[in-house]
Amino acid sequence: MEPTTTSYLVLAALLFGIGATGLMIRRNPLVMFMCIELMLNAVNLTFVALATRFSDIDGQTAVFFVMVVAAAEVVVGLGIIISIMRRRPGATVDDLAELKG
Amino acid sequence: MIAMLPVPAVDPVLDTESWWWQPLAIVGLKVLVVFIIGLVGTMFMVWFERKIVAGMQNRIGPDKAGPFGLLQTLADGIKLFFKEDLIPERSDRFVFKLAPFLAFVPAFLIWSVIPLGGDFTDGRDGTVEWFGQITRVQLADPPVGVLLVLALSSIAVYGVMLAGWSSGSKYPLLGSVRASAQMISYEAALGLSLAAVLMAAGTLSTSGIVAAQDQLTDWHLLSTGVVPFVVFLIAMTAELNRPPFDLVEAEQEIVGGFHTEYSSIRFALFFLAEFMNVISMSALLVTLFLGGPQPLLIGSFDLFAVLGPFGGTAWLLLKVFLFLYVYVWFRATLPRLRYDQLMDLGWKVLIPVALGWFLLLAALQLGRDNDLSQVGYVTLVIVCLVVLGLGYLLFTAAISVARRNRDREGAAY
Amino acid sequence: MELIVFVLASAMVLSGAIGVVLFRNPVHAALGLVLTLFGVAVHFVSMEAHFLAAVQVIVYAGAIVVLFLFVIMLLGVDRAEDLTIEPLKLQRPVAIVLGAGVTVLVAGAVVRGADTLGRETNASAPGDSNIRALARSLYSDHVLAFELTSVLLIVAVAGTVVLTRRLKKSEG
Repeated sequence: MEPTTTSYLVLAALLFGIGATGLMIRRNPLVMFMCIELMLNAVNLTFVALATRFSDIDGQTAVFFVMVVAAAEVVVGLGIIISIMRRRPGATVDDLAELKG
Repeated sequence: MIAMLPVPAVDPVLDTESWWWQPLAIVGLKVLVVFIIGLVGTMFMVWFERKIVAGMQNRIGPDKAGPFGLLQTLADGIKLFFKEDLIPERSDRFVFKLAPFLAFVPAFLIWSVIPLGGDFTDGRDGTVEWFGQITRVQLADPPVGVLLVLALSSIAVYGVMLAGWSSGSKYPLLGSVRASAQMISYEAALGLSLAAVLMAAGTLSTSGIVAAQDQLTDWHLLSTGVVPFVVFLIAMTAELNRPPFDLVEAEQEIVGGFHTEYSSIRFALFFLAEFMNVISMSALLVTLFLGGPQPLLIGSFDLFAVLGPFGGTAWLLLKVFLFLYVYVWFRATLPRLRYDQLMDLGWKVLIPVALGWFLLLAALQLGRDNDLSQVGYVTLVIVCLVVLGLGYLLFTAAISVARRNRDREGAAY
Repeated sequence: MELIVFVLASAMVLSGAIGVVLFRNPVHAALGLVLTLFGVAVHFVSMEAHFLAAVQVIVYAGAIVVLFLFVIMLLGVDRAEDLTIEPLKLQRPVAIVLGAGVTVLVAGAVVRGADTLGRETNASAPGDSNIRALARSLYSDHVLAFELTSVLLIVAVAGTVVLTRRLKKSEG
């Protein structure tokens, strides 16, 4: 018996679900960021699984772009987190309501 | 839509119809050989380094255990094994125990993609016949061989980083933050100089890169111009945290760096990993730039022709040995860099040089691919040089503006 | 054989992911993320996407997570987070229900839609190493997107430098 494309897709769905749940549960901005990475990886997994299934390389190209965008996103996001943490050490996302009137 | 392309199987030994004991025996033998080479090589390297440094400093060096002190490393290893295993009170116990393995395993795995030998006499392509099966003398030959090495060297950062963090004390943390910043910075230069080789060879597989260097003039040391080689050598020394780039464990500043709190067998694992990395990265350098196990022919005279199919291995060992000596030489003669000098060298010198040289090589390659006439070729080179010159001017202007701004406004960092 | 690889790699992926969500210490969560990334890389290899597997390890594990760890150590936020504090009542149960709902919905849709994928055609050999094909696709069909991502990276780096730069004048 061999793993089918559907089994990869189900795995990706589970991974996406765990990531989404983590994003809603955790309050540490860094860990929330990691949960977003989990969700991105789930999507990458589906792209590659379907690219293999249909023998079309464009799915892999999309994954390449997702990785680059993820890298850029992490760089900017961590920059923002650093500048927030400098002003308010130990801040969680609940504390970031400074602009509320 | 571009369809996926079928490419021939990775290792000829796995391509055979008759799957019986031979492929299994061959793979098992290869694993054994790689393992033994790794351990014995490391043992030898420690002794070699101590002996050469001692020689350069007018000392004798280890000479008690075994002939010429050869067994000194073994004695030290046994001593370390039986020492008490200390785990600091404020450490993160799980990560503290995990870190040495994260340093050690990648160092070993790099060996799996290095071509360790092969039959290149009379223009053969390096495959050998064992137990009636055609195979290559390397454990694995994945289509992304060189990228695998890059991936492993980026994993090696974890061992250092987590060791420092989990120790729960100041100096190891400082050492590990230094180490990770240094290794990430120099990985860019390493990758860019690697790209020049990959472009010349037209493949990512290590055996393909060796096969592309069957003439002396095809050795990538020469065919890519010497610049990528020099950049790679410097960036690799920094990646390995070897002197003069050993700020990670600068004794005068931060005690022992990331492994200050480690003792006994866990320390021994870090020590082993460090020396094994020196050997395996030297082997990588030889594979990429000096033809790996390809013989250096003088006319048609092959120095190790008497060894027959083992000649390739002898050539590889000779070339690796050369670089091991170079590393020891670096250590014994060069003073350590300051931290800002280290970062300046990586970001402001090595990366721009590697990138500029890569652009030049790419333009030349494009000219060759398009069969340009002589006039066209000269124009190409001139245009390329003008562009690079402009880039250099912009770069120096940017640096001087940044320096002026820093003097005026004064950035904290 | 492929099934064994699939099961082991999936176990890595899922246990790592659960670790990210449940570990209280951010450094441990980052290690869980690394485990997941490796599992996904193994899946990529078994689906013949060798190049992506290598890039996954180099970029994700080698750069992104290292950056995470770097920031964690730099800011000294490596103390364990107290997960028992719950500022918003009911947030956690609702989140778990929502997460489970999303998972069940997506997985159900995937299983139900399995027929539309058509019958598996020789799933074991859909074409070997695809590095050349990937390069051709990147530099021909998607060359504009490729150039734009390079611009994106430059902008991200420049933006981060501006964001985190501290001048002596403006702040003490």
